[in-house]
Amino acid sequence: MILVFFAYFSLVSIAAGVLTVTLRNPVHCALSLLALLMHVSGLFILLNAEFLWAVQVIVYVGAILVLYLFVLMLMNLKTDERYFHASAPYFAGLSALGSLYVLFLLLQSPFDGAKGGAPAGAVLQDGDTYAVGIKMFSDHLLQFEIVGIFLLGAIIGAIVLAKTPKTLEAGQDHR
Amino acid sequence: MIPLSAYVAVSAVLFMTGLLGVLIRRNFIIVLMSVEVMLNSANINLVAFSHYLESMAGQLVALFVIAIAAGEAAIGLAIIIVVFRSKISTNVDEMNLLKW
Repeated sequence: MILVFFAYFSLVSIAAGVLTVTLRNPVHCALSLLALLMHVSGLFILLNAEFLWAVQVIVYVGAILVLYLFVLMLMNLKTDERYFHASAPYFAGLSALGSLYVLFLLLQSPFDGAKGGAPAGAVLQDGDTYAVGIKMFSDHLLQFEIVGIFLLGAIIGAIVLAKTPKTLEAGQDHR
Repeated sequence: MIPLSAYVAVSAVLFMTGLLGVLIRRNFIIVLMSVEVMLNSANINLVAFSHYLESMAGQLVALFVIAIAAGEAAIGLAIIIVVFRSKISTNVDEMNLLKW
């Protein structure tokens, strides 16, 4: 049963990724990116990461993708005649060969390593959110603060960049 | 039981797809979307290793990656809006002001 779900989520997310890259209309690309994000969150559920599933749906689908769609609707883009680079076939052939080689290497690797201190049973007992929270606010507190400052900087940068053009012209008069 | 290498293979294929999108598309917004595809494939990898090696650190890093993706999307789209205002184009080939 898990195998069926894994096959569904992985195949649909790969197909949606290919559609995101190749579709002509940018809005269609954003919608297939939506399908990709939802199916990747399904993969997170299969890996016992319910908290990341919720974060993926809320932050990625609810905030980032809506931001993309807003900008696309605001700009009202006309699709160009040549929407790929002229050298696209070379890159496509190279990356197809590269991904086949990587797949060949990956599927025969056992991927073993040192086990950490959070086996699936212990995580499921209190819930994934509890385990993530305990880990984040004990061992990874500094990274958490750094991400907070990073997000503050991103907010200020986005506001400064997207100011109204009137202030931009006023700045040009001083030169 | 699904082997770890299956998840890593899905993530590798998605990463190559996103990389292909960054290299061949000419619309700046779709280049940013391809970057999101690559970040998602990295997240699959992190969460899969976190599950199979029984450590929570991978999920935490995936969480930070999502936060950084949010910041990257906000800044990137703001830059696109500024460029679109002055040049009325989102073609990456026409943005060559910083090229030497």
